[in-house]
Amino acid sequence: MNYLWNDSLSSFWSAWVIVITLGSIGFAFWLLYANRRTDKTPDAEGNVETTGHAADGIEEYDNPLPRWWFQLYVATVVFALGYLVLYPGLGNFAGVLGWTQEGQWEEEVAEAEERFTPIFAQYEEIPVPDLAEDQEAMRVAERIYLNNCAVCHGSNARGGYGFPDLTDEDWLYGGEPEALLATLHQGRNGLMPSWQQLGENNIENLTQHVLALSDLEHEAERAEQGAAVYASVCAACHMPDGTGNQALGAPNLTNDTWLYQAPGQSVADSVRQTLRNGRNGHMPAQAAYIGEERVHLVAAYVYSLRLQD
Amino acid sequence: MSTALEHPTYNYKVVRQFAIMTVVWGIVGMLLGVLLAAQLVWPELNLGLPWTSFGRLRPLHTNAVIFAFGGSALFATSYYVVQRTCQTRLFSDKLSAFTFWGYQAVILSAVISLPLGYTTTKEYAELEWPINILLAVVWISYAIVFLMTIKQRKTSHIYVANWFYAAFILTIGVLHIVNNAAIPVTAMYSTSIYAGTIDAMVQWWYGHNAVGFFLTAGFLGMMYYFVPKQAERPIYSYRLSIVHFWALIMVYMWAGPHHLHYTALPNWAQSLGMIMSIILLAPSWGGMINGMMTLSGAWHKLRTDPTLRFLVVALSFYGMSTFEGPMMAVKTVNALSHYTDWTIGHVHAGALGWVAMITIGSMYHLIPRLFGRTEMHSVSLIAVHFWLATIGTVLYIAAMWVNGILQGLMWRAINADGTLMYTFVESVEASGPGYIVRLIGGLCWVVGMLIMAYNVTMTVKRSDVAEARQPLAQTA
Repeated sequence: MNYLWNDSLSSFWSAWVIVITLGSIGFAFWLLYANRRTDKTPDAEGNVETTGHAADGIEEYDNPLPRWWFQLYVATVVFALGYLVLYPGLGNFAGVLGWTQEGQWEEEVAEAEERFTPIFAQYEEIPVPDLAEDQEAMRVAERIYLNNCAVCHGSNARGGYGFPDLTDEDWLYGGEPEALLATLHQGRNGLMPSWQQLGENNIENLTQHVLALSDLEHEAERAEQGAAVYASVCAACHMPDGTGNQALGAPNLTNDTWLYQAPGQSVADSVRQTLRNGRNGHMPAQAAYIGEERVHLVAAYVYSLRLQD
Repeated sequence: MSTALEHPTYNYKVVRQFAIMTVVWGIVGMLLGVLLAAQLVWPELNLGLPWTSFGRLRPLHTNAVIFAFGGSALFATSYYVVQRTCQTRLFSDKLSAFTFWGYQAVILSAVISLPLGYTTTKEYAELEWPINILLAVVWISYAIVFLMTIKQRKTSHIYVANWFYAAFILTIGVLHIVNNAAIPVTAMYSTSIYAGTIDAMVQWWYGHNAVGFFLTAGFLGMMYYFVPKQAERPIYSYRLSIVHFWALIMVYMWAGPHHLHYTALPNWAQSLGMIMSIILLAPSWGGMINGMMTLSGAWHKLRTDPTLRFLVVALSFYGMSTFEGPMMAVKTVNALSHYTDWTIGHVHAGALGWVAMITIGSMYHLIPRLFGRTEMHSVSLIAVHFWLATIGTVLYIAAMWVNGILQGLMWRAINADGTLMYTFVESVEASGPGYIVRLIGGLCWVVGMLIMAYNVTMTVKRSDVAEARQPLAQTA
């Protein structure tokens, strides 16, 4: 009978819960039972005589408890006791059904796995570029995308402030099938360090240099002064020509795409903010949330975005 | 007259003050509700300002309608009823005056601190620790005034309305102090002494008993005086009032965990919350039966008396929402209804249909008597108010039922491949029409309250305030 007991409470507290639960239900029932009858007889209107006292003119009849109400009360008590036999409730007594919410969840998940895994398994064998051409597979994949990815990357996958656009050609970590699968499986952590220690003058020079890399309006003199600092500090990750490095997730600075440009913010201010404070990009690993097979489908969905229009 | 001077009188001053503030806070609280309902339709109405954002005004709305409107009504009626039914003056004029000014100070502090963003984050207990301490002091004073008045009664018996008021006052004091136990960090910031699941359980033990004792027991006290008074009929069954009173206050204590179904709360605690909620059905209905059956022999009065109509419809909504509550506490139903608008609909079936209606009915009985008149300035305006309130409530709860079930079903709908059929935002979009209907329901309520304010103003203007005398010959 061990399975009927779980060990979440000490024996004392288990007994405590059992005693006050049954005591309370018992009291509720006794209260009803003790008052079930009245020895008074009804008057012509059907009402039993009053209690004899009046409060600010209000009298009280002493009518018996309505029969249907009495029965309703008894029925709820019987239901409660029955429930406590079947389900956990009386302290550590687990109930004869052995039901728990954790068990119910595991059961439902197992059932879903059994039903749905074959559907996804058939897609898992298909290479990402081919799967991206499969209309039916992409309809399924889009639903997974909308429920899991759209909250950050947007329902049209165009991204937003701090969240990469998945429809353009600019990839932080690469847009090829292997890179997409790696991103989805393991997640990504992008780290741009803060360069506050370089001083405001250097930060301004670097800002102008970065603007120049994307052919944006800039102060030529400062941009030139920034070039030296760029070469010694930034080039290691962003490459000497500013085209970035997908192995590190270092963004391309030459294509006028600015992940951290807040709405209403100028590019220059966004770059300054980045240089002063650094940035932390976090793409959570999805395999644990949605499962391997669905990761494969989502990778194909993201891949398919470039095939549209 | 010289005899009048020697004649003992009731303290109606504090009752009048609380009665007037009931109307004032009712309008404020419901206006805030309408603004929030409108924000859910047109989010721009938060004006882009932190102080007027939904997250800050929502707790102000709940505090204003529950504690400012409902609380003032409970103070007013309990002070009135305890004096009338105990045939004695309030225990202390000074202490009862302190409860009025202290309580209004608490509400004003809420009006200022909640929009500024100060919050403990505990639902229905958002106020920060200095305000909580003031409230505790006011509440203990309230308990002293009320219980000492009962102690000094000139009647042999304690009338049933006073049992309910006393249970409400004592329990709310305990709930308030235990749930708000916190360690102050700064002048307006504190951390709860409970953590994790225990914090959640204490919070919902408080939260559900705020419903059970503040919004149910307190207003049943109101019902037990004003229904038989207005109907001029004896209470149906003294025996029933004993059974349902003791069962109600004992069983309500257990029901909190039904707010935490399918959470980190242990299985056994969830089950106990559920079964006790079901046992609660009959004790809750005991009050409805006793009120309704009191009208037997007086049903014809409903045709001419809109005040009585308020009281009776309040009892109907009370019966409906106390059936709905145990049903929603059943785990399988809760799995559908929880986190949806159904919960908001259920709360408002109770808050508008029961609490506000019984309050308004009681106020229409009480206010003319407090100001030396036999009835309100305009009885036909009471009838208009009654229809606005009834239609408003029906629109509100019907819209939320539809929205709630719609949301619950949309969230769980899955395709053949196991993916969710709808994204969350689609369920928000689908709720739009319901939000508009709810807004219309809320507007009906505010218009009704404004009509009430006019009617009360006209009644008070022509008042003939004389200290009400206690009866000389006591009938025990």
